[in-house]
Amino acid sequence: MLAQQLINALTLGSVYALFALGFTLVFGVLGVINLSHGAIFMLGSYMALLLVSSFQMSLWMAMLLSMLACGLLGVVVDFLVLRPLRQRNAPHLAPMIATIGVAIMITNISQGIFGAENKRFPFGTIPEESFSLGNLHLTAVQMAIVVIAFILMLVLLQVMRRTQIGRALRAIAESPKAAYLLGINVEGLFFLTSFAAAALGGAAGVLVGLSFNAISPFMGQPMLHKGIAVIILGGMGDIRGAMIGGLFLGFAEVMSVAYISSDFRDAVAFGLLFIILLVRPSGMFGRVLERKA
Amino acid sequence: MSYRLKLLAAATFLAYSTMSQAADIKIGVAEALTGPAAKYGVAIKNGFTLAADQINAKGGVNGNKIQLIAEDEQGKKEEAINVFKKLLFQEKVLMIFGPTLSNSAFAADPIANATKTVVFGTSNTADGITNMGPFTFRNSVMEADVLPVTTRAAVKQFNIKKVAILYGNDDAFTKSGYDVFKSALAEQKIPVTDTETYAKGDVDFKAQLTKIKASNPDAIVCSCLAEEAANIILQTRSLGMKQPFVGGNGFNSPKLFEIAKDAADNTLMGSPWSAENPSAANKSFMADYKAKFGSDPDQFAAQAFDAMHIVAEALKKVSLSGNLEKDRLALRDALPAVKIEGATGKFAFRRAAPKDGKEAGYDAQQDAIVNIAKGGKFVLLK
Repeated sequence: MLAQQLINALTLGSVYALFALGFTLVFGVLGVINLSHGAIFMLGSYMALLLVSSFQMSLWMAMLLSMLACGLLGVVVDFLVLRPLRQRNAPHLAPMIATIGVAIMITNISQGIFGAENKRFPFGTIPEESFSLGNLHLTAVQMAIVVIAFILMLVLLQVMRRTQIGRALRAIAESPKAAYLLGINVEGLFFLTSFAAAALGGAAGVLVGLSFNAISPFMGQPMLHKGIAVIILGGMGDIRGAMIGGLFLGFAEVMSVAYISSDFRDAVAFGLLFIILLVRPSGMFGRVLERKA
Repeated sequence: MSYRLKLLAAATFLAYSTMSQAADIKIGVAEALTGPAAKYGVAIKNGFTLAADQINAKGGVNGNKIQLIAEDEQGKKEEAINVFKKLLFQEKVLMIFGPTLSNSAFAADPIANATKTVVFGTSNTADGITNMGPFTFRNSVMEADVLPVTTRAAVKQFNIKKVAILYGNDDAFTKSGYDVFKSALAEQKIPVTDTETYAKGDVDFKAQLTKIKASNPDAIVCSCLAEEAANIILQTRSLGMKQPFVGGNGFNSPKLFEIAKDAADNTLMGSPWSAENPSAANKSFMADYKAKFGSDPDQFAAQAFDAMHIVAEALKKVSLSGNLEKDRLALRDALPAVKIEGATGKFAFRRAAPKDGKEAGYDAQQDAIVNIAKGGKFVLLK
């Protein structure tokens, strides 16, 4: 049973991590907690579902297009909501509250368009079979989630570390003003960041939709709560932190079900999280907060 | 008075009297039309609309047309209270159907009782709803009446020795279903190997299911709503588990098979309504619903449809005076005696036992139909 639970934990943790990647990226670069990330994640699912079921597109094509569409939506949100607030030097809470509004709007409109009930990808979108090794079972979707989550994380990490854009982004994270004075196209990179973050959120949406059969306008909200916990735990703005934080939360949840009680799943997981934060208040990789402080 | 004037007076009088005869009967419909519970609320509203349109097309009740005033309570307690107040005090409705969720009914039903107005739930199955007061009615059959019949049938069908239970612990409906399952299993001396829970919005049940698998039950008893149930079934199969499922009312939706397809085969479900019930009343209900709304009805629509006919039946015996207070009381006095045979079969009311010395309302007296899933749909269990 333990081996199976470890697999369950790894899949769930990868989902949380993938969701948290984009979320933490926006915080790291823009210094904004973008609470519309859950709604964009939800739209990612619907977009891919629409492309697969109405246009008979292959899943991978649909996933790419839906990442692209979510990315563009992320830029639109940045342009219409976050940028005006940046230009007015609005206080820290303003973008957070504004993005709550965006999230509610997107959720409501989606409900109007797609209906309130859950949808799922048509059967056969991805191989349904599960691979068994003795008593151990693993589905194709589970493997895809883990692999894709790790690939996206590694790509993002390499971009941040090794490319010109990555260096510029890190400079902005350090100080947007200084970066601007150094001739970095700050606004452009803000848009790029919003694009990448929303695209990652969309990818997470597609994978979650595939894996759990429950695409609904309300799927973003519970994920958002977990995402906030994950990026705080990992250290706000830290990519490795988001990954490890996500895995940690997945493991904590699954293990509390396995060895304590499913009644206390969230209580145990978030209790652990709280204890970790008591020891390391800025999260496991909490550079950004220290730096900004 | 000249001849002309007399004629005019007579005409006015005639016009007036026919007008007052053919008054509209305003009936409030407070359901969750948006939000996560909208999938039930909308089906329920459709059920009322279909029945009311049919009744009106046949000339209404004693010549009076039924006018439904639908308000969205969003599946929230606070909103249900607001909507009830609006319907009672502004719209001055004769009675209210709703709200959708038992949670909201506990909050809003006392308001209707305080104003001595009938409140009629068609989807509230939790224990104690009708203890809100003597003006509370429901035709939704309580889980307490259905689930023991279902577990008994399951034990016989699959030769079950022990079961595991899974339920949603933050929802009044699934929680009360669990309580009933638990006591029914205890009464029938079926040991429970493991009890697991999940919360609203959860989509990954693998951790719980892995634990259930390790406890090796003969069947999984599940107090869940259809969509969660379908995903739970699918995830069970992907873990290599083959146990049959035993479910309650929440399973009774085409959604279950849209999602789980034939992975749901061998699931047992008890309900007052079945798409497979071959009675003429049910056949014509299903055909009319499909023609009007373009989709298949579910149990929620069926119960709402029957409820509208139950009220119409009561209204036939009431001569409306135009005095709202009197008419509301008259409707309440006429309702308990109604007996009909609707889409959900034979129906009658049963007075609920009073609690804490408080007068109670009326529950449904109806038989449960046990169904088994075969080839992607529920058929009657023989």
